[in-house]
Amino acid sequence: MSNNLRINKNNFIDQTVRISFKFNGKKLFGYKGDTLASALLANNIHLVGRSFKYHRPRGIMTCGSEEPNAIIQVGKDPALTDPNVRATEIELYEGLEAFSQNCWPSVNFDIGGINNFLSPLLPAGFYYKTFMWPASFWEKYEFFIRHSAGLGKSPTKPDQDLYDHQYVHCDVLVIGGGISGILSAKLSAEKGLNTILIDDKSYLGGSTIYQDDDIFKINNETSNVWLKNQIEKLKRIPNLTIKNRTSVAAFHGYNYLLARENLTDHLSAHERKGKIRQRLLKIRAKKVVIATGAIERPLIFSNNDRPGIILSSSIKKYIDYYGVKTGENISLFTNNDSAYETAISLNKSGVKVKVIIDIRENPSSILSEKIEKTGIKILRGYTITNTDGYKRIKSIDVMKLSKDGGSVIGKKVTYKCDCLGISGGWTPMVHLFTQSGGKLKFRNNDNVFIPDENKTPSEQISVGSSNGDFELDDVINNTVKNIKIFLGLDKNKYENLDIKCSKEKQKRNIWLLPSNEAISKTKPFLDFQNDSTAKDVKLALREGFKSIEHVKRYTTTGMGTDQGKLSNMHALGIIADTTGTNMGELGTTTFRPPYTPLTFGAIVGRNVGEFFDHTRRTAIHDWHVENKAEFENVGQWKRPWYFPKNGETMYEAVQRESKAARVSAGILDASTLGKIDIQGEDASEFLNRVYTNAWSKLAIGKCRYGLMLNEDGMVYDDGVTTRLGENHYIMTTTTGGAANVLSKLEDYLQTEWPELNVYLTTVTDQYSTMSICGPNSKKIIKKIIPSLDLSDESFPHMSFKNSKIDNVNCRIMRISFTGEHSYEINVQSNYAKDVWERCIEAGKEFNITPYGTETMHLLRAEKGFIITGQDTDGTLTPSDLQMDWIIGKKKYDFIGKRSLYRSDTIREDRKQLVGLLTDDPKEVLEEGAQLVESLEKPIDMLGHVTSSYFSPNLNKSIALAVVRSGKKLKGKKLIVPMENKNINVTITDTVFYDKENKRLNA
Amino acid sequence: MFIINCPYCGERDQTEFSCGGEAHIERPKQPTELSDDQWAEYLFMRKNIKGIQFERWNHIHGCRKWFNVVRDTSNDKIHAVYKMGERPPIK
Ligand SMILES: [Zn+2]
Repeated sequence: MSNNLRINKNNFIDQTVRISFKFNGKKLFGYKGDTLASALLANNIHLVGRSFKYHRPRGIMTCGSEEPNAIIQVGKDPALTDPNVRATEIELYEGLEAFSQNCWPSVNFDIGGINNFLSPLLPAGFYYKTFMWPASFWEKYEFFIRHSAGLGKSPTKPDQDLYDHQYVHCDVLVIGGGISGILSAKLSAEKGLNTILIDDKSYLGGSTIYQDDDIFKINNETSNVWLKNQIEKLKRIPNLTIKNRTSVAAFHGYNYLLARENLTDHLSAHERKGKIRQRLLKIRAKKVVIATGAIERPLIFSNNDRPGIILSSSIKKYIDYYGVKTGENISLFTNNDSAYETAISLNKSGVKVKVIIDIRENPSSILSEKIEKTGIKILRGYTITNTDGYKRIKSIDVMKLSKDGGSVIGKKVTYKCDCLGISGGWTPMVHLFTQSGGKLKFRNNDNVFIPDENKTPSEQISVGSSNGDFELDDVINNTVKNIKIFLGLDKNKYENLDIKCSKEKQKRNIWLLPSNEAISKTKPFLDFQNDSTAKDVKLALREGFKSIEHVKRYTTTGMGTDQGKLSNMHALGIIADTTGTNMGELGTTTFRPPYTPLTFGAIVGRNVGEFFDHTRRTAIHDWHVENKAEFENVGQWKRPWYFPKNGETMYEAVQRESKAARVSAGILDASTLGKIDIQGEDASEFLNRVYTNAWSKLAIGKCRYGLMLNEDGMVYDDGVTTRLGENHYIMTTTTGGAANVLSKLEDYLQTEWPELNVYLTTVTDQYSTMSICGPNSKKIIKKIIPSLDLSDESFPHMSFKNSKIDNVNCRIMRISFTGEHSYEINVQSNYAKDVWERCIEAGKEFNITPYGTETMHLLRAEKGFIITGQDTDGTLTPSDLQMDWIIGKKKYDFIGKRSLYRSDTIREDRKQLVGLLTDDPKEVLEEGAQLVESLEKPIDMLGHVTSSYFSPNLNKSIALAVVRSGKKLKGKKLIVPMENKNINVTITDTVFYDKENKRLNA
Repeated sequence: MFIINCPYCGERDQTEFSCGGEAHIERPKQPTELSDDQWAEYLFMRKNIKGIQFERWNHIHGCRKWFNVVRDTSNDKIHAVYKMGERPPIK
């Protein structure tokens, strides 16, 4: 291996700082400023991976984010390893450890490579054709695909890195730090506009910053020197922010953009400690300048994918910026002038360029003249027909092109080389432009899609190469001219620069270059990452695919992690040529965000673990924790589920709690129920309109249960509302429905009934609620508030009293969700825990038993009380729930009333709520289980179980269910078919316990 | 993600708002007098236009006021914002 691949002339790489790293276990060295790719190439390593389908050896092909081949795994820590990293983008740091992804057992010996020889069997649509049938074979295919098609390994442990989100606002956002972006940012910032300049690299200046040939001059300085001075001045402008190592991922409407800022990915492990790894910037810009440049196209010819075949502009960057020779004996293949710039750079650095193959007949320009003087051979009107070399290119076959470019003529000549630069022209990076809603137009003379200025969303502009200007004078002059209009600027110093550069004279484009061999014997790769060839595209067209979106999916062209940045244009070109369509009419496939892949870490930022969602805890929460409650998530609330004692199971705890609540006393933290304070002179009328029952006559100091419907007549929410004063009510809602009920009520007040004078305030958090139930509840309340008259005459069921516990004001309601004699104490939340503890203390002699949601559910099921959202699902009317009693028949209107006698809601065979008893009282049904009448096929599903428990108070299993025509089926036997048995049940009433409601006043 | 100019608060991010569907569908004053078909027309039928659409929006994470928005659904451009009860400023 050669050691002199690094030349010693440039100032971008700090050759005094040596950096050690490992690639596939082998220890190597690079320098500060290298990317992993440049360091590998300096070590003469081209082969970095295997292709997806055929497992062909693949090498580094580019120097940027468009890289299709050098996709690697970084690190092996199970928490920190990163798959699918582009070696061309990751900066080298001390201790970097990288691995090839798509090869097994090793990149040099790859079993999947056998696919290469099987390639005639793996044509376009192979996956669709093969893996579609029979479905039962899928498991085997999946095994095959997963093992041979490596796409990197996911970390197996939680990510330990820190990620941030930041909202950013600016007057002007400039995307891209090449020459056009720098000029735009400078003009914007000098006008005093708050400007942000974003670039994905660690430095500014794009490709001009290493363009040091004196063919390219601005005001008598070489272009790189001139630009460097501009950047130095730019950095001193205070109202300009420069974000390096930052990549814009998405450009949405209203100039909302997402960008990922890499903060530590270029640092060694110990330098990263305690720092934020990546930051997702959420940017709102008044104006956006897209200056994202262009990327070079490859050329499509047989075996154009061998390691050592590199984009010509990348070869130039490796030698000029990184000081790395990509080979000792390089040939160049081109259809435009860019390759000549590369030849000049190589020649200056003493790298032998053997031959330049140019498909054009007469490509004369300042550049080509300069090359001719060096004696480098130029073959005009020639093409490469094939290449040789397995793990590294060894030679190329060259033949003369026919006049029309459709075939080759004459004798084949073979040239030896260890590296081939290819250049098929340039593709403007219009991804962000189209993401934002911009439409493209096709420019015929050089086959590019560029932003259509008439179909550009407002407050944005594309400049430079991303707008289709490729030559230095055009880039500068058009950028300055257009930015001046865009930002409303006066005359400026960039308007009359003296610019010297080479101008391209001739253009020739052939999307699929001809070969002397039949196309079936060639391998002209289009999508290097997904291994699709020009043959695949042609096959898809023969098979009848017409839409480019369909051809893309069928052949998988452009569907890799690079989104086909390199070769989408060739695929389009070949489709256009084959079908005889104009490319402009064909259009492009859709570019979707993200432009480059985003880490999940950056997407979620700090919203992980306990910050993933809000957690709401009641004021009594700490007591529940101290008393070993198991918790249940109810929406964002943490509610005690049950309170296990002495190692009880959930079942045992719930049985004990349920029994205690009916035998003596139970206590429940009901603070999570929604509470809405309703005031105003029309409050009664308002309640009349939102609830199904009548409210006007409810006396002050009384409580009433209400059912709220949607306009479609379906039950929406329920709860008890108390009249506190003439124009003052407190409404309770379900825990989960609280926010939506408030929004719904506000909607009606603001939009349908603005004439009502009613004010709604949510007080869910301000008041805490504890419910004490059971035959001894009265005695407990008496102990806490001895002065309170608890007689049935003074304080009957469904009434309320204001009172005090010591000095603490409280509202006490005598309402019950268990069927027991019970009280609800409402206090300001900051007193709640004390009051709760008072209740527990006072209840000790009565074995007061704290219970959670599970016991609450069981107790109410014994009484046949519904839980909206469990026994209802938005398809049940009050009548379906056998709750016709709650419909105010005399009321003229309420929300949903008209829907209660639509043809559909009056059907008698609707699903209706019923009770179920199992023939075997020990058998507890599963909630959700289906109900059927007979097991004879086809089996008709009649309904399902909505609530089911073993009742300790009845000593038998009980359940609620919704069943078709259920109201008429009382006493009917049904079957609940389970996986390994059939359970016999009987339809009953929905009330199982204390049907006469005697216990309410016990 | 667009920006909505709340008539009460000013310009705010779309994430602060929730959409309440088509605007100017008044709840019938006398529902009991309607046929099933007429009631169904109010209850279920919505336009879902590609182009200029009149919508109800709620500044749910802000002032909680409802108001109307004229939005082009094909490009999210907002042409007008006006309060509940006001006439649309454009046709
Ligand atoms: Zn507002």
